[in-house]
Amino acid sequence: MTDQEPLIRIKNLYKVFGEKPQAVMPMVHKGISKDDLLAQTGHTLGLRDINLDIKKGEIFVIMGLSGSGKSTLIRHFNRLIDPTEGAIFIDGVDVMSLSQKELEEFRRRKMSMVFQRFGLLPHRTVLDNVAFGLSIQNVSKDERNAKAREWLLTVGLEGYEQQYPAQLSGGQQQRVGLARALCTDPEILLMDEAFSALDPLIRSGMQDELIDLQDKLRKTIVFITHDLDEALRLGDRIAILKDGIVSQVGKPEEILLNPADDYVEAFVRDVNRARVLSVDVVMQPPVNRLTTANIDEALKKMRGWDEDYAYVFRQNKYQGVVTQNALEEVSEHTDANPPLHECCEEGPTLQPDMSLQDALPATLESDYPVPVVDADGEYQGTLSKEDMVDALANSNDGEDTVKTSNAA
Amino acid sequence: MERADLIDLRKAMDGGFREFSRSYGDAIESVFDPLLYFLVWFEKLLLGAPWIVVLAVLVGLSYGASRSWKLSGLVLGSFLLIGYFGMWADTMRTLSIITVATLLSLTVGIPVGITMARSDRVQTMVTPVLDIMQTMPAFVYLIPVVMLLGIGKVPGIIAVVIYAIPPVIRLTNLGIRLVDRDVLEAATAFGANKAQRLWNVQLPLAMPNIMAGINQTIMMALAMVVIASMIGVKGLGQPVLKSITNQYFTLGLLNGLAIVAVAIMFDRVSQAYAKRSQKHLIGMHGD
Repeated sequence: MTDQEPLIRIKNLYKVFGEKPQAVMPMVHKGISKDDLLAQTGHTLGLRDINLDIKKGEIFVIMGLSGSGKSTLIRHFNRLIDPTEGAIFIDGVDVMSLSQKELEEFRRRKMSMVFQRFGLLPHRTVLDNVAFGLSIQNVSKDERNAKAREWLLTVGLEGYEQQYPAQLSGGQQQRVGLARALCTDPEILLMDEAFSALDPLIRSGMQDELIDLQDKLRKTIVFITHDLDEALRLGDRIAILKDGIVSQVGKPEEILLNPADDYVEAFVRDVNRARVLSVDVVMQPPVNRLTTANIDEALKKMRGWDEDYAYVFRQNKYQGVVTQNALEEVSEHTDANPPLHECCEEGPTLQPDMSLQDALPATLESDYPVPVVDADGEYQGTLSKEDMVDALANSNDGEDTVKTSNAA
Repeated sequence: MERADLIDLRKAMDGGFREFSRSYGDAIESVFDPLLYFLVWFEKLLLGAPWIVVLAVLVGLSYGASRSWKLSGLVLGSFLLIGYFGMWADTMRTLSIITVATLLSLTVGIPVGITMARSDRVQTMVTPVLDIMQTMPAFVYLIPVVMLLGIGKVPGIIAVVIYAIPPVIRLTNLGIRLVDRDVLEAATAFGANKAQRLWNVQLPLAMPNIMAGINQTIMMALAMVVIASMIGVKGLGQPVLKSITNQYFTLGLLNGLAIVAVAIMFDRVSQAYAKRSQKHLIGMHGD
């Protein structure tokens, strides 16, 4: 994703809860702590100086523990909560400048929301619930029911049209919630802890489905969660929120590998990195590439390198590994002088988008760093046991342990 | 303050109100004319129609609301007995005044309840008024009503409404305030305006409580029938009043039982209707 005008821009957003929020804003600007503010004035600082740019078509995850202000923050996007100070631009429109009527119209067309506790209408059938957004827009009954049926089919709930929400399981109810949100065909989907109330297995199923759906729909999704695994799995980018302050914004691997502060680091510590990190994030740049067929030429090159092994490519296809010793032997004891690719040991390769978990066996079994080759046969880099250990070890002592290879 | 001052004060207030009712009584009475016309029309309708038609309509309504043959049979039996014991006309008068009083209570009470639910200030203002309406002995507010409007149907209806309206106001307010905030928020997030939220979310979800309020209001209206008969409201209350003053035990008992029968009919039918319309809330855990 290149630099483009962000679809959602939050600028210097503050939210103070209490009797007279405006009156305490000068203190907030001076940097008073949340606890002091509460003790001195009885006001609660919800959000402090939030700045976010969310691009079109990305899944942007806002992650934080309870009380971090994440649910407050997402409610500013459609102004279910008004900020004490700051600006919200969506598609270039200053949301704060909208009148009540314009705001209602904006909520109807531009974005819809999925809630942690579903928020379905208990007295209406599943079909009517999905069609709810369109009924608010006064779309005719036939048209909205047809659309609602389509979306029920998409989320796998055909046949449940005439049931009431209370007759469905939690996972099914949230599918209804998702279908209801998608039925108005909004540009932006706000998901407030949408999967948090579900059982772990159902949750991970819903995550998969959301990813599949997103591949087809390309919505802009703002996803709130307290679960880092979920954030890493879904997010194109993640913002970590703590006590109403954004600690870090970045891609999942940036968050994982370069936590901005102790808080993020503590979070990241328990994550199963092998599952989250992919090979291309931790691999080393490509080295020791031989494309010649001539052994002597290869040996000449290899003597100039630090390592005593090399990767052999022929017509852009990986052939295997050779060691300097083996090559010397061949060149001394054989007169036949076979082409280089016949002398190499065949070995495993890795794909750049593999998870480290999947790359682990090959890396451990191999005596040499395993070459990483993409789908086009292009040589991308290498991954050694040491790289693997560095990436999986929990020691994030402030520096980038991955990029500075300190293999023993 | 001296004793004499107190007496003067009381006299002044009485005099003032008397003056007020003398000069404005007619004007105020004419405001209630439409109500009176409706009441008279409705009573004539019930009394004028052949009893078999009225009975058929009553049983039909009971079955339509409750879908229960047992309940409909009970209604049929009670009204046949009422007719047999010669209380048909009085029962029809009572039925008409109860129906009108209940309709009036709902048309006033539900909007008041909604307004109360929307504003804490309105709630703090209305709640003490409701408390007074419910605790003040009915006879006390009968006095000014009778002074203003004389005796008859309209003051009777007003007395009944004052007595019967608090439950529906209270429970409408409570019901709307208890509506699941998540559902309401979801409706807001989809761009619902105030009216859409009220009709699509708040009223339907508050319906079990509102129905309980309506039920209570009907019951209290019936309880007022005897007291209202003191200011000239005709119906089952008058024979009861007569039997109290003349010690006619059987007459009192029969008319009392007729009131009970009407009350049970209203109560069971409205509750069965409420339960039936809220079936979806029971979900998988009920029948």
